[in-house]
Amino acid sequence: MSQTSTAPTAEAKPEFWRWQENCWADETKDWKSAKAITVGIDVGSVSSQCVVVADGELYAYNSMRTGNNSPDSAKNAFKGVTEKTGLTLNDVHMVVGTGYGRVNVPFSHKAITEIACHARGANYMGGNGVRTILDMGGQDCKAIHCDEKGKVTNFLMNDKCAAGTGRGMEVISDLMQIPIAELGPRSFEVDQEPDAVSSVCVVFAKSEALALLKAGYTKNKVIAAYCQAMAERVVSLLERIGVEEGFFITGGIAKNPGVVKRIEKLLGIKAMDTKIDSQIAGALGAALFANTLVQKQGPQAPIAC
Amino acid sequence: MITAGIDMGSRTVKVVLVEEENAGGKLNYVVKGKHLMFPGDLDGDAAADKAFDEALSSAGLDRAKVSAVFATGAGRKMVNFATDSVTEMSAGAKGVSWFFPTARTIVDVGAEEGRGIKTDGTGKATDFAGNEKCAAGAGSFAEAMSRALQLSLKEFGDASLRSDKSIPMNAQCTVFAESEVVSLIHSSTPKEDIAKAVLDAVASRVCAMVRRVGIDNDVVLIGGMVHNAGFVSSLKAAMDLQEVKLPDMPEFVSALGCALLAAERQH
Amino acid sequence: MIANYGYKDGSGEYYISIDTDKCINCEAGRACLTGCPKGMFETMTDDYDDEVVQIKQNFRRSLAYDCAGCKPAGGYTSLPCTTACTPGAVKHSW
Ligand code: SF4
Ligand code: SF4
Repeated sequence: MSQTSTAPTAEAKPEFWRWQENCWADETKDWKSAKAITVGIDVGSVSSQCVVVADGELYAYNSMRTGNNSPDSAKNAFKGVTEKTGLTLNDVHMVVGTGYGRVNVPFSHKAITEIACHARGANYMGGNGVRTILDMGGQDCKAIHCDEKGKVTNFLMNDKCAAGTGRGMEVISDLMQIPIAELGPRSFEVDQEPDAVSSVCVVFAKSEALALLKAGYTKNKVIAAYCQAMAERVVSLLERIGVEEGFFITGGIAKNPGVVKRIEKLLGIKAMDTKIDSQIAGALGAALFANTLVQKQGPQAPIAC
Repeated sequence: MITAGIDMGSRTVKVVLVEEENAGGKLNYVVKGKHLMFPGDLDGDAAADKAFDEALSSAGLDRAKVSAVFATGAGRKMVNFATDSVTEMSAGAKGVSWFFPTARTIVDVGAEEGRGIKTDGTGKATDFAGNEKCAAGAGSFAEAMSRALQLSLKEFGDASLRSDKSIPMNAQCTVFAESEVVSLIHSSTPKEDIAKAVLDAVASRVCAMVRRVGIDNDVVLIGGMVHNAGFVSSLKAAMDLQEVKLPDMPEFVSALGCALLAAERQH
Repeated sequence: MIANYGYKDGSGEYYISIDTDKCINCEAGRACLTGCPKGMFETMTDDYDDEVVQIKQNFRRSLAYDCAGCKPAGGYTSLPCTTACTPGAVKHSW
């Protein structure tokens, strides 16, 4: 890993759907003195994360782009941590895989859905006040409601429709010829907040956006109308599972203020701040599940690969 | 008596002029003129106006001769000079009855809509089910995929006829399906097989919608996809039918129905 | 837990929700598995180690079309799945 940072903060530079690779370890701790070391691996469609938990506390993580196949992405994510901390698979007591490639993590002992892992991870990062979790990634959107223990009580997922995913945002970025990271900030540079684009469908919204440009809208205003539509859509999904205070946002969407601020406004609730980069929520949850399992079942022998 | 029907689709404007003849107490309707136009930069009302003029001049008529103008289609409210407007379902059913009085089920698949209409033989729509707001259930799904294959929609349809494979498509969204098609191209899947997979997918979605109104013979297909031979064949397979009837001026069916309704309402 | 399977797209919201708390000790002998003519339900062990039912993966992105057969446009009074599930764990959003 080339990049390192000293504190587990979210990147300062807004980067949307394009993940900044990031590797971090808590230098105040020594994994060698920990009784239980567990690993969570989250292989998503866009990025993959590896999180190490020592005695139930976050110790290290590595985040990188998902490569051509899930097994290699999982291995590479773990390799980054090894290079940074010296920790190898032989030192780990249990590995849990999650994310869409969870069944293809060659060295994992168990696979747990990203829904349960996100809730568990968010509960650790945001504290036991977290109730509503929104995770919007490159190709899907999840809304989760959980209890004070981080156990899922209600969830839904949408991976059928590109509207309301990072992919929908990419389409407008292409159409406007504006880098995806600039969409959020630009959406606020308007004389007046426009109405949302009326079509939900990305294909039809595209024609609508072109028509708005023709009708004299500035690019920024079209982007604002599009971000508003995206926010309204996300809110309607959240309402299906019931929104409660303790709102936690993870995934690429967290880095687009153009959508996040509009969601907050519609809900009348502010998203929680976190010191830890929220993109590791899934892998962190997986590692915490592994830790609980080690407490119950004892350490597992490493699976060579 | 002359009446006009204007169909304001999402991309094109269609106008049909109809003359009512009284042949010994029996009313007959004859198409006197028609015109199809892409509105380009014109706004709805102006585009409708221009298309109307073109249709009139093709028939050698002037406006004063026209007793009533009805509008239909997504933009029907934009036609300010129309005397009334009717839904696409009513217009479609009426238009189809002019071609095929035996029609009972109408499948209407255009660029932006896919729907099933049930009709009773008098040209009335009795029930309908459709999907107009997700591009994956309509012709534009096939259009987007034909673009990815660099084929015209017609070539795309013809190509699919040369395939006998059925590859399932996983993506149910136009946007995600584009990536799926690109990866099929990269894995050297023949174009014919991709085209068939895409048209089968649209046909099965349309068919599911039509089943909601029931499939009774005769079944008639209208809308832009009539021109796509591959789609017609996929649709027959999906609906398990020997025959699907096709009108010979499919894009004008709704405008025609509209003009016929305008004539009937004058009595 | 309420598990919602399905999606929202431009044309509407199509979710089947399963209340897994009612599902764990099913009092209907898992009647949904055979009640659905399309065989859309299957059992699984969830993340908290309970045996519950879910909607099979290959149906989750096409529910509007898959369930169309049970939902004639002219209206319907009951669905095979919700009727079979007497504990009332299955609900449709549309
Ligand atoms: S509404 Fe549009 S973006 Fe959504 S699934 Fe349908 S085609 Fe895709
Ligand atoms: S509505 Fe019909 S097809 Fe859909 S889940 Fe229920 S029983 Fe199955």
